Amino acid sequence: MQDWNRQKPAFLALATAPVLWLLAFFILPLGIVWLYSFGRNVGLTDIDISGTFANYARALEPLYLEIFGKSVAVAALTTLLCLVIGFPVALAITFAQPKWRPWLLLAVMLPFWTNLLIRTYALITVLRTQGYVNKSLGFLWDQASSVKAFLGLAPLPTWEPLELLYNNFAVILGLVYVHLPFMVLPLYAALDRMDKSLIEASLDLGAGHLRTITRIVAPLAAPGIISGVIITFVPALGAYLTPDLMGGPDSQMIANVIERQFKRANDWPFGAALSFLLMYATFMLIALQALRTRKIEARQ
Amino acid sequence: MSDKQPVISIRNVTKRFGNMVAVDNVSIDILEGEFFVLLGPSGCGKTTLLRMIAGFELPSEGQILIGGQDMAGVAPNRRPVNMVFQSYAVFPHMTVADNVAYGLKIAGIEKSEIRHRVNEALELVSLGGLGTRMPDQLSGGQRQRVALARGLVMRPKVLLLDEPLSALDAKLRAQMQFELAELQDNVGITFVTVTHDQDEALSMACRIAVMNKGDVAQMAVPADLYEHPANRFVADFIGSVNIFEGKLTLDEPERAEVNCPGLGRVYLNHGVTGAHETTVWVAIRPEKITMTAPGKAKAKDSPAGTNIAHGQIKGMSYLGDITLYDVRLETGESLRVSRPNLSRWDQEDFQWDDKVSLHWHPSSPIVLLS
Repeated sequence: MQDWNRQKPAFLALATAPVLWLLAFFILPLGIVWLYSFGRNVGLTDIDISGTFANYARALEPLYLEIFGKSVAVAALTTLLCLVIGFPVALAITFAQPKWRPWLLLAVMLPFWTNLLIRTYALITVLRTQGYVNKSLGFLWDQASSVKAFLGLAPLPTWEPLELLYNNFAVILGLVYVHLPFMVLPLYAALDRMDKSLIEASLDLGAGHLRTITRIVAPLAAPGIISGVIITFVPALGAYLTPDLMGGPDSQMIANVIERQFKRANDWPFGAALSFLLMYATFMLIALQALRTRKIEARQ
Repeated sequence: MSDKQPVISIRNVTKRFGNMVAVDNVSIDILEGEFFVLLGPSGCGKTTLLRMIAGFELPSEGQILIGGQDMAGVAPNRRPVNMVFQSYAVFPHMTVADNVAYGLKIAGIEKSEIRHRVNEALELVSLGGLGTRMPDQLSGGQRQRVALARGLVMRPKVLLLDEPLSALDAKLRAQMQFELAELQDNVGITFVTVTHDQDEALSMACRIAVMNKGDVAQMAVPADLYEHPANRFVADFIGSVNIFEGKLTLDEPERAEVNCPGLGRVYLNHGVTGAHETTVWVAIRPEKITMTAPGKAKAKDSPAGTNIAHGQIKGMSYLGDITLYDVRLETGESLRVSRPNLSRWDQEDFQWDDKVSLHWHPSSPIVLLS
């Protein structure tokens, strides 16, 4: 292979455009928002970048810390559920017949091809009071009631639809639904790479399936599990649409608070500070993972 | 060996994958303490048979008994056999000692005994002192020893080995052949090995089952496979051989004769069971043919005009210990002849295009009916 360093003109020609693009539309706006986080509102539209830390101090008030904490908890629970659901799914795809594997992977990825907003509204029609879940349950309830009446027993009380929407349950359900592919794909990649005879060796040495998974499969899939956890947790932590559309009054997450600062509250400096706190937390998580990987590589 | 009990009984086992028949109505008894080898080309069903013994595949038909017990419905983790995998399947996230201890820990053996047995097993495979190493710090040969120790430490009724030496280089493989045979002799555990390498099979096995297309072509001790192959497949698969088609022209208890259009009249000093004029095949090993200068050939104990052929050397390959000659016969057929290089200065050296005469002893040709 040719060394890029020897082909500087070609390298520059190819790299300049994307670098400029990133500078103009990613780094620069991000820098502006970062500067805003050290400023204060002057009038309705002007922001005075005075170098104050007041926004960060305010972000650390108990009210916001609580929402931060809650967001972390929701994201963590989402990640855990995704792992618990996604691991068997990834395992099943790994051990499916080769001709089925691409189709199963496609089924996992298919939701990516549909707009998040549309998927969320579709989920709402399923879960709402007059949604498909409640209608089906209500139908079964009525049938059971008429059977009881037919047998001469007292009929069941009137069906009360379940409250499946506009609460924390709905937010978690929605987040798990949206983020599951993020978990399944890295898990599948890790499991697929694994030498299948290791599993057979474990069975051969007397271990059952459960112990084979806990002692052999899970430790060997650890890198996949960790990357799955990170790429599920990070977007779940910053989730905005799902808690906004499916949550109740007490289910707002940090991204909803940030959105309110930029829009209704018109407090850009404070919104910027909250955004960057979220970003710092994410960076720290990724840095920890990078450190861990480097440690493993150094050991080998 | 006749007083020993079969530790594994394979009874009329057939295995189908879809329309493909991988193993076709195979019956084999493997005796206690035996070093048994399943030998055959790739795709002959030998590995499938081994995996059915281990429990990773289930027979479509037939029965497998281990220690007299039917294994139908017995999961791999409950069978009294252990396997050494072709890839070794050493757990990469565990030390050597933890790998070997894995099965014992699962079995709930006491810690002090585990330590004792692990050390014993590592000593047995000459890995003493390497217990704390991780698998990626080991050579291929050492990893294989870990896999061996991991199986042996369980003291199974039978140790199954899937192509155990195929991943090693030639020198190490030759050494390991001896070591494996010796190890088996020491521990007294029945070994069942799958291989496609005839040298490996001949050097290690007590008995060999040669498999072809899901069938057992012949089951015999190594020397019998070589000197008394049952059919053309075995004769051709084990070692090098010249095979000619012919008609049986004489068949008496003490002598027989086959007329091969490609080779000439072949005389044998023993009878063949076959009807007159039956089509048979004559097989002669290259080392059992004597090559001389033209006209000097003299077939001992054979009637005039039999067991003799003439031709011209059309190819030579010097292999160090022997030289292989490709002789074009007057009939147009080719015959392979090998000669040991007994001295460092061969007196009557044969060269390319030399005319030669060939003869062989009446006990040398093998008559095959199929």
